[in-house]
Amino acid sequence: MIDLIRIHTGDIIFNILIILVKTAVVFGVAMLHVAYATYFERKIIGHMQVRLGPMRVGYHGLLQPIADGVKAFFKEDIIPLNADKPVFIIAPLIAMFATISSLAVIPFFDGFVIADINVGILFLLAMSSLGAYGIVMAGWASNSKFSFLGGLRSSAQVVSYEIAMGLSLVGIMLMAGSLNLTEIVKAQQQYWHGMFLVPQFLAFFIFTVGAFAETNRTPFDLPEAESELVAGYFVEYSGMRFAFFFLAEYVGMIVMSSISVICFWGGWTLPPIIVNTFPFLGEIPGIIIFLLKVYCYLFLFYWVRATLPRYRYDQLMSLGWKVLIPLALLNIVATSLIKFFF
Amino acid sequence: MNPLSIAQTIQDKFPKEVKEIVEFRKQVSVIIQRDRAKEILAFLYFNKDFNFDYLVDLCGVDYMGQKKPRFEVVYNLFSMKHRHFFRVRVEVDEDTQDAPDNLSVDTVTDIWRGADWHERECFDLFGIRFKGHPDLRRILMPEDWEGYPLRKDYPLKSDLGDMEWQEYKDLIEFSEKAKQYEVR
Amino acid sequence: MTKTKDALRQRELTINMGPQHPATHGVLRLVLEIDGETVIKCTPYVGYLHRGTEKLCENRTYLSAMPLMDRLDYISSMANDVGYCVAVERLLGIEPPERAKFIRTMMCEMTRISSHILWLGTHALDIGAMTVFLYSFREREWIMDLFEMVCGARLTVSFPRIGGIRNDVSQEFLDSLYKFAEEFPSRIIEYETLIDQNRIWLQRTKGIGVISAEEAVNWGFTGPTLRGSGVDYDVRKYMPYDAYEQVDFDVPVGKEGDVYDRYRCRMEEMRQSVRIIKQCIEKLPKGPIMTPDAPKFTLPPKDKVLKDMEAMIHHFVMLTKGPLTAPVGEIYSSTEVPKGELGFYIVSDGSGRPYRMRLRSPSFVHVSALPRLCVGSLVADVIANIGTIDVVLGECDR
Repeated sequence: MIDLIRIHTGDIIFNILIILVKTAVVFGVAMLHVAYATYFERKIIGHMQVRLGPMRVGYHGLLQPIADGVKAFFKEDIIPLNADKPVFIIAPLIAMFATISSLAVIPFFDGFVIADINVGILFLLAMSSLGAYGIVMAGWASNSKFSFLGGLRSSAQVVSYEIAMGLSLVGIMLMAGSLNLTEIVKAQQQYWHGMFLVPQFLAFFIFTVGAFAETNRTPFDLPEAESELVAGYFVEYSGMRFAFFFLAEYVGMIVMSSISVICFWGGWTLPPIIVNTFPFLGEIPGIIIFLLKVYCYLFLFYWVRATLPRYRYDQLMSLGWKVLIPLALLNIVATSLIKFFF
Repeated sequence: MNPLSIAQTIQDKFPKEVKEIVEFRKQVSVIIQRDRAKEILAFLYFNKDFNFDYLVDLCGVDYMGQKKPRFEVVYNLFSMKHRHFFRVRVEVDEDTQDAPDNLSVDTVTDIWRGADWHERECFDLFGIRFKGHPDLRRILMPEDWEGYPLRKDYPLKSDLGDMEWQEYKDLIEFSEKAKQYEVR
Repeated sequence: MTKTKDALRQRELTINMGPQHPATHGVLRLVLEIDGETVIKCTPYVGYLHRGTEKLCENRTYLSAMPLMDRLDYISSMANDVGYCVAVERLLGIEPPERAKFIRTMMCEMTRISSHILWLGTHALDIGAMTVFLYSFREREWIMDLFEMVCGARLTVSFPRIGGIRNDVSQEFLDSLYKFAEEFPSRIIEYETLIDQNRIWLQRTKGIGVISAEEAVNWGFTGPTLRGSGVDYDVRKYMPYDAYEQVDFDVPVGKEGDVYDRYRCRMEEMRQSVRIIKQCIEKLPKGPIMTPDAPKFTLPPKDKVLKDMEAMIHHFVMLTKGPLTAPVGEIYSSTEVPKGELGFYIVSDGSGRPYRMRLRSPSFVHVSALPRLCVGSLVADVIANIGTIDVVLGECDR
């Protein structure tokens, strides 16, 4: 009896250890990716805008993200006198942890996922809307009218785009028959093209627009519109707390890209038709394929940022409610009908 | 329309008000008295032949010691339709003990909306009041500024000492106080 | 009970936009009262950059007031200088020689391009299109280099003189300018591909800040801001100065009078400017650059000053006391600077200094109309409106 318990506890400790190690690895790798996502953003946008981007720190500015991190870390932490202090401190933490915990359910390659839960998609959606709380709280707590407006805009934006984005993923759920992300990837392998992108192109479009709005990226960067609201909700933040928001935004982008890759692009797998034609491609580790796809999607974020102007608040709302949500509903109906009859 | 004939028409219509017609380098201006100035300007605006729909500029001039009504308010007018240019100079005198409302003109903001800020500026820099102006405040100078800088008796530079503008004094005081935080 | 009522009372939010704000182009301050995101009241405050230029001019000679003009609209200093020189020349009754006229016209149009490019970049940046900003600065840099080539200064040029220009242009400069004029239209197309057909850009600019032609005239709008409403008013056409009579160009006008039409007007104006520059280079006559028949009003040539006693005395008097034989009179003279109509009302009492110098700046008038454009629109449109009137506060506050 005692032995049995020991074996069991040993297993539990072993499992906990494994999870901790996995978490540490994912966290570390994700942070590094975030750091270099900023670097690539600056480089890519720089080259799109006939300039070079960071060039000074390290070879072609390779150490720039680290220098930025060190700078943010050592900066003086300023809390405005009339700010709501506890909320002001908590807000960036909520924003950051909500997005970082989304990483827990993302399968990066076959079998590598920290928590393989059955409601993965729901968890992701929940976490991404939780992140908006951080923004709203930051806008409220700063006691500044500009950040207050930023927070308001953000809450309105999240409410309207969350729905469209969630509804667009319903099509995926219907086709895969599961909410588990690993299952969704595997479900895509039964098609010759190996991607839900092909049958669910409408959902993909809606999801992409929603993802841009969720992560507050151009053309939906209204909560932080620098020419209107100076910097929106984080006007009063500086140093490390500002860096938390920054991290949250970039982790959010990576999470959104990962969701898109998993749900629409076949995750860590290549389309069967390609693997069947060129069998040696099947030998490529899943993580590399996954990361390449994520980078492609991230590139889309950067590309759009360098190209498009910013929407106006009311135009953003009408796009969300009058175009995206009806389209998403249409997509669900169409998918269900096809699924039912064929 | 020939500007001289415009001036002539005005003189015929308002013989008492028009004091003088001046021509210099093909630009004609009439010097008029203050009391019916607005009527004349409205006439220039509404008359079909003139139709001065664009108030190019409105400004004050201080002729201290040069001529008797000390100030002038100058209206430069242009007609988009007829493409002619004309200038009206309204003479305004200083305030005195028996005539405290001397230094004022009727506003033309209800004729030309663009006159709004020009009149405010004129008030700000010369102290000429515009009767009926919707929002006559200082515009270029700070709200609590004393004196009217563009008057000829306003010094270009002087050591005011205690008479210095209060906010400037506060600023100097504050910067002295802030010196203790300087990193050496 | 009353307390809860008070707490629940709806109030408009008052935001103070500026004087330090990324979209106010300097030190413009707007106090906005907003209900949700709708602006219900907008009060502009100016004067943060007031340097008393008018007062300073009264205490300087005609020539030494020139550097102050550079600092009015600091992104189109050449046009201000030319405007000032034209005004003083009209007052003194002198005429610059043909070559100087053509060079001045050329410089004015270069300034117009540079100012419009800067406007385009910042306006697009305000609306959120970041790339246009950097593209436009590439060409602005080119023009700045050209300015540097001709007079050594990039921003505050002080290049024209009363009765001519400071120095002649070299053939090398003309060649580079011609190359620029050949190349630039393709760059305009480049900007237009970025934003002209962009749906978001159209949604953000069409139907925003609409002002009718009559109203725009009544407010005293000038320049592209007026022409966007469809009024064909350009000082270069109706009262030509310098060489504008001898070159061929169109005045683009808009129809609707919204932000988009004003944007189109300015884009077309840049093309017309290129046309004028090309014609100026082709037609540029040979000859003196300072008017020789008005020695009482102009500075003698520098090499003569160093050799000739009389010229030196004349030089000294001109610089310390100004043109002593200036006529008594008053003149209003206006020129078309990139922002609109820049007017100079000069009252002369016969001394070497202006008795009264009044500057009619377009930005001042345009800013005064901001409440008219902004009330009833959204906060984001306020930004678009500030951009569209192309305000430079150095000129507005003088």
